[in-house]
Amino acid sequence: MFEKIWNNHEIHSEAGKPSILYIDLHLVHEVTSPQAFEGLRMTNRKVRRPDLTFATMDHNVPTQDRFNIADPISKQQVDTLTNNCKEFGVKLYDLNTIDQGVVHVMGPELGLTHPGKTIVCGDSHTSTHGAFGALAFGIGTSEVEHVLATQCLQQAKAKTMEVRFVGKRPAGITAKDLILGLIAKYGTDFATGYVIEYTGQAIRDLSMEERMTVCNMSIEGGARAGLIAPDETTFNYLRGREYAPQGEDFDRAVEQWKALASDEGAVYDKVVELNVEELVPQVTWGTSPGMGTGISSTVPYPEQLPTENERKAAEKALEYMDLKPGTPMSEIPIDYVFIGSCTNGRIEDLRAAAKVAQGHKVSPNVTAIVVPGSGRVKLQAEKEGLDKIFTAAGFEWREAGCSMCLAMNPDVLKPGQRCASTSNRNFEGRQGRGGRTHLVSPEMAAAAAVTGRFTDVRNWEFRSEVTA
Amino acid sequence: MEAFKQLTGIVTPVDRVNVDTDAIIPKQFLKRIERSGFGQFLFFEWRWDEQGNVIPEFSLNQERYQGSSILISRANFGCGSSREHAPWAILDYGFRVVIAPSFADIFYNNCFKNGILPIKLSEEQVEDLFQRTNANVGYKLTVDLENKVITDGADLTIHFDLDEHRRQFLLLGLDDIGLTLQHSDLIAAYEAKNEARLANRF
Repeated sequence: MFEKIWNNHEIHSEAGKPSILYIDLHLVHEVTSPQAFEGLRMTNRKVRRPDLTFATMDHNVPTQDRFNIADPISKQQVDTLTNNCKEFGVKLYDLNTIDQGVVHVMGPELGLTHPGKTIVCGDSHTSTHGAFGALAFGIGTSEVEHVLATQCLQQAKAKTMEVRFVGKRPAGITAKDLILGLIAKYGTDFATGYVIEYTGQAIRDLSMEERMTVCNMSIEGGARAGLIAPDETTFNYLRGREYAPQGEDFDRAVEQWKALASDEGAVYDKVVELNVEELVPQVTWGTSPGMGTGISSTVPYPEQLPTENERKAAEKALEYMDLKPGTPMSEIPIDYVFIGSCTNGRIEDLRAAAKVAQGHKVSPNVTAIVVPGSGRVKLQAEKEGLDKIFTAAGFEWREAGCSMCLAMNPDVLKPGQRCASTSNRNFEGRQGRGGRTHLVSPEMAAAAAVTGRFTDVRNWEFRSEVTA
Repeated sequence: MEAFKQLTGIVTPVDRVNVDTDAIIPKQFLKRIERSGFGQFLFFEWRWDEQGNVIPEFSLNQERYQGSSILISRANFGCGSSREHAPWAILDYGFRVVIAPSFADIFYNNCFKNGILPIKLSEEQVEDLFQRTNANVGYKLTVDLENKVITDGADLTIHFDLDEHRRQFLLLGLDDIGLTLQHSDLIAAYEAKNEARLANRF
């Protein structure tokens, strides 16, 4: 599949040089674009295809009083995007539109993400869009400028890897557990230099939004991109969306999209497998997404790890996380819960978390916030009454944005606070200096909010009957 | 972009695996709209504690590593966020070379756009460099990109690999947007052929 998309977009190749690849869709946000637009200005260049370029602001946006950005530098960055979009004729979904949101939630929602497209954005989680069978990857600001000016990128062809999920997903195991389990097993750089294609019945069985969760964190395994072959699930999601082909064009598009799937017997440069049936709900214990384990396990002993580098990294991580080896994961108390982000901020994520939270109360020691991935997700959740379920349980219901996934806006952990987070990175200081991040699924985050510690959500239904 | 041919400089060690771009430049410093001035924030949370006191153990704070232009670190350097602010901070601080056993893709790519040379060596070679750097105050390396060789003026000579296109790119300090625009006719022809699809018509 990667080869097919690549060949459809390679407009020039020369031995020993990177190819020139045409880009069908360029998504832009406020943090990684100002220097790119400035570069265009300095060289008197224009945006070649404003009609293929779409922008929104998400990283800096406050989730409470969103129109009053208190930090003047944050405000300047948001205003700069507005002015750049005006000057260069780029469509902007700003805070006044219902479509504004985390760029990787917004794009698919608008129907901008199609199978077979090449999609880039100055953001590593662009890999999310691979869930549709699009070749989508993050780029730096120099490359943002390159794409703005030329609608092309210079790219060396990546190698291909098949990640095969074997078996059927057990009850209580989410898409987040699939990807966290994969990275815990193979590490944060097992896919460096590769484009992953996710295969297996467990992938076929996922909804479109669940597939986005899996592809979103491809970058956490080091991959350039992650792909899932399009099928009826993909086509049903896209049908009728604003930027999807309409009417008969859609039917013809589907025929072309069906041909994208990898051919029978396709050969990959590397194949890895994960047995889904052995998975338990995942929780990370360290400061790298690969430092994760099952809820029924304990914090590892660094001295039992295989290499010197891993031992040293684990020791540093446990010191930062203030965790003792041997502690059961289910006995770790938390202070904060964040439900949202481009990984888990879509409507199905909120439904799943609300189902766990319904009829319960957030533990008195915990602050829990729910940040919808976009204005549309928020609206839909409110239509379904999810906001009421959350607020009744003591969660804060916020406005759309990236929020505490990277804490560029006012949602920041205090030093020493421990957070169950549905986001994608648990790096030191990611959610605030000295903050301690544990990555989990929305269900696990909601359960932790209620009990005040990590809790095996597979036992939740039973608990709910007893306590409701 | 400034061309890179040869450089001799003091080596600074950052002895960690998986150094992520959040550590290289924390998010609170991503709000500037310029490319310059990020060096002062490089490894911010490892250089200063929460009260703003200097953390003396961290290499960048040690006298012996001042004026350094070569950074050595461990595997998967530059993982995480795509922020080009990370190489901007590294360059602005004064580093032109980063040596590690492996790099994350986006960071590696971003380095070349900014005249930074990232060099991949084996785990053993990097370990050897760490030991030499730790053992000798003011330890210097000379990195020669023309000949793809690293020497230390004593007994060390390491040959490194680099994609030839990337090597030329750095040696000449090229503008790759200019290179792509040389193929404007091909871009226009591709667009003409695919216009319907690009406009959502099939």
